[in-house]
Amino acid sequence: MDQTKTIISRRKFIKSSSGVALFIGVSGMLPQLISCRDPKQIEKQLARHPLTAWVKLSEDDLITIYNPAAEMGQGSMTSLPLLFAEEMDADWSKVKVEFSPQESEVYGSPGWAPGSKLMFTVGSRTTNSYYQVMRKAGAQARYVLMSSAAKHWEVPISEITTYKSFIVHKKTDQKISYGDLVPFLEMPETLPDFTEEQLKNPTEFQLVGKDIPRTEIPAKVDGSALFAIDIRLPGMVYGVLERGNLHGSKPTLTNESEILAMEGVLKIIPLDYAIGIVAKTLEQALNAKKSLKINWSQSKASGHNSQEVYATYEKIASQKQSGKVIIEKGDFPKAIKTAAKTYKVDFKNDYVYHAQMEPLNAVVQVAEDGGSAEVWVGSQQGPDTKLGVPKILDIAPENVSVHLQYLGGGFGRRSMNDFVEECAVLAKEMAPLPVKLIWTREDDITYGAFRPLSLQRLIASTDPNGSVTGFSHSVIGDGGNLVASAVANDHYDIPNQFAEWREASNGIRLKHWRAVGHGPNKFAIECMLDEIASDQGLDPLELRRKLMAKAPRALATLEKVAEISNWNTPSVNGRAKGMAFVEHGSLGTGVCEISVDRSTGNIKVHHFWVALDSGVVVQPDNVKAQMEGGIIMGMSSVLKEQITIVDGKVQQSNFHDYNLLRMQDIPESIETAILESTEIPEGVGETATPMVACAIANAFLKLTGKPLRHLPFSPDRVLQALNT
Amino acid sequence: MPTYHLNINGSQKKVETEADTPLLHVLSDYLELNAPTYGCGLSQCGSCTVLVNGTATTSCMLPVSSIGKSEITTLEGLVSDNGKLHAVQRAFVKEQAAQCGYCLNGMVMTTISLLNKNPSPDDVEIRNALEGNICRCGSHTRIIRAVKTAAKSL
Repeated sequence: MDQTKTIISRRKFIKSSSGVALFIGVSGMLPQLISCRDPKQIEKQLARHPLTAWVKLSEDDLITIYNPAAEMGQGSMTSLPLLFAEEMDADWSKVKVEFSPQESEVYGSPGWAPGSKLMFTVGSRTTNSYYQVMRKAGAQARYVLMSSAAKHWEVPISEITTYKSFIVHKKTDQKISYGDLVPFLEMPETLPDFTEEQLKNPTEFQLVGKDIPRTEIPAKVDGSALFAIDIRLPGMVYGVLERGNLHGSKPTLTNESEILAMEGVLKIIPLDYAIGIVAKTLEQALNAKKSLKINWSQSKASGHNSQEVYATYEKIASQKQSGKVIIEKGDFPKAIKTAAKTYKVDFKNDYVYHAQMEPLNAVVQVAEDGGSAEVWVGSQQGPDTKLGVPKILDIAPENVSVHLQYLGGGFGRRSMNDFVEECAVLAKEMAPLPVKLIWTREDDITYGAFRPLSLQRLIASTDPNGSVTGFSHSVIGDGGNLVASAVANDHYDIPNQFAEWREASNGIRLKHWRAVGHGPNKFAIECMLDEIASDQGLDPLELRRKLMAKAPRALATLEKVAEISNWNTPSVNGRAKGMAFVEHGSLGTGVCEISVDRSTGNIKVHHFWVALDSGVVVQPDNVKAQMEGGIIMGMSSVLKEQITIVDGKVQQSNFHDYNLLRMQDIPESIETAILESTEIPEGVGETATPMVACAIANAFLKLTGKPLRHLPFSPDRVLQALNT
Repeated sequence: MPTYHLNINGSQKKVETEADTPLLHVLSDYLELNAPTYGCGLSQCGSCTVLVNGTATTSCMLPVSSIGKSEITTLEGLVSDNGKLHAVQRAFVKEQAAQCGYCLNGMVMTTISLLNKNPSPDDVEIRNALEGNICRCGSHTRIIRAVKTAAKSL
């Protein structure tokens, strides 16, 4: 462990604060209490112990809790501090939340792999991976307060209780607030290493599970919350890059002197795949960008046509040789041979783009001697907490400070820190001037990193009773797990299963996109089940009930959503309901009700219902917000969104040709039922989005008798389906 | 470069810039008003919305030279001197009608513009008014609720 790194940044971090910082050591470390008024003492203590600082107390009862995760609207700025406050018995009205320093050795989550410590806000894992970390640290903070009070009052600690930021000793009728206790705080000789059993039982929670408003919404509503794009520093200059619309293409600039002569242009910085310009103002940088004359080379993507490539994918799917086998359970070939009936269906999905509302941007300032740097960014962080900057500047990680800002949306795009690295490249050239790099919306789309296009070939077998006996799922596409996630059917009792990935690479930039492979793969799986049900004359609910017989938690979500959506009551004329089950950490079943305009091909979603089991629910209203947001983002991608590529070139450039769902198309209602549970919380950010395609297609199948098998369900594809 | 005297949030601001500089860039880069945000630069997403004489207008394509004596109000200008939020802002907090918050400026400003003209809009009128504002996080149903809550409180 690199101790110096954490020491330096934490010194800066607490220097200006008053009060007492309570440092609770990670397992086995000695905890420390440090008066923030004595920087020398802080320095001395920090030099001796690697510590974890989660909370700061001050005499005015204010409690500052530090959030180690990115806040992109998912609520980490509330949920993690709430877990800490719960165990600390803090008065939530006195709690202030701030981002922790970006130091993974101190604030990283151990929830990724044994022994790992990452600050990486991805995969809907934040609450799950910090659930025990935050509660244990909160319990230790409470213990320090209790032991200090016991000493101060000279009573046994076993007689001390706490309630809403107060320490109470009933026998002597004494009471002191956490703030008033600050001058008497003393570190106990030993600090219990709280186990799960010693923490509160979920049934005892006072804050967790209540509808507590998000801490950062007021700052967002009055404009004071800072996104990275709001950062302005003295002497700051502006950088933009022209990257073209052919991924991987190399540029040759042919009018360099002309550009350098333009007003305000300070420097041209060529990269392998782009031409960078730095200018005094953003307008000047953008004007210069528009005037660039560039010859672009061919690239691996040249010749790729996204609408024609499916023919190639079908050929790959038909080849005898298997791809990378992901699941092999039972004997699928035998299930096919002995089947009463078999089904073979191809499902397809086009590329989609993240469309986070804040275009990518960062501010980087490199010191004049090149030996250190500061970074202001909205990032989902990464395996490297310093976001690739040390390598570019060839300096040690401890010499890079990352100041995390609010994210104007992430959805996976901000877990790829290419934009931070670009800014570091420009800032290195401009040192010591700070550089703000902005991607225009056009840059953000044309040089996007998309959810991959793919084809899913599903083959299923049934026995004479209509039970599913075998299920095979071949994914053809680029990006490994980006296309292959969620092919496992762990909650369906299907004895013979096979799943594989067959690679087909096209040179297009790809990235996680809210649940990524779950979207296309759940679409294929859940539609396949309804196609089987429809063919066999079975109710899709009955078919799933049978399949989920051995998965009680999944089954409970199915039963609950059937209840709240009145599944068994037929829809009014011209409407139909469809359902889909998804697991992504949490388990959820969704039902939607749709109608179709048979003249335009427009699908209208009227209602959406979700039943969810996500274990302990930290913030119920926020979980509902995640379901609503997930469904709306899903609807947008399923009904509207499509990136097309012609001869390797991205065809879309802004929101006029990359359409997103707007107010008119939002369902009348989205209703979420949360099932009660005391299990460890599971992620909720990506469970709803993958339900949408299959729920809509299944409702469409019921309404029209026709399947929809290609995402997005654009009006022309809907009309085509209706006319076949 | 020409000089412009702009009426922003009730006070006069002097800005020296090119005539075609979009108002959005003047607000953010010259006047350090962060609330109107850059989302598309093409009047497609509404995140840069400000009030021009009380009417919601996207500022990303509005040349500074076209402003003249118009009264410009940004989200920052809604908060009263004692820090009290505007009723529409309070309604958005009450309904928790935001996730990442980047589109929130446009949603609030467009709502104020709507309620200026139509104090009790129905569901269809609310949806029509906010059609130009994109929210990627999917807070729409809460935003519609917030508009109704705000209408009731005004």
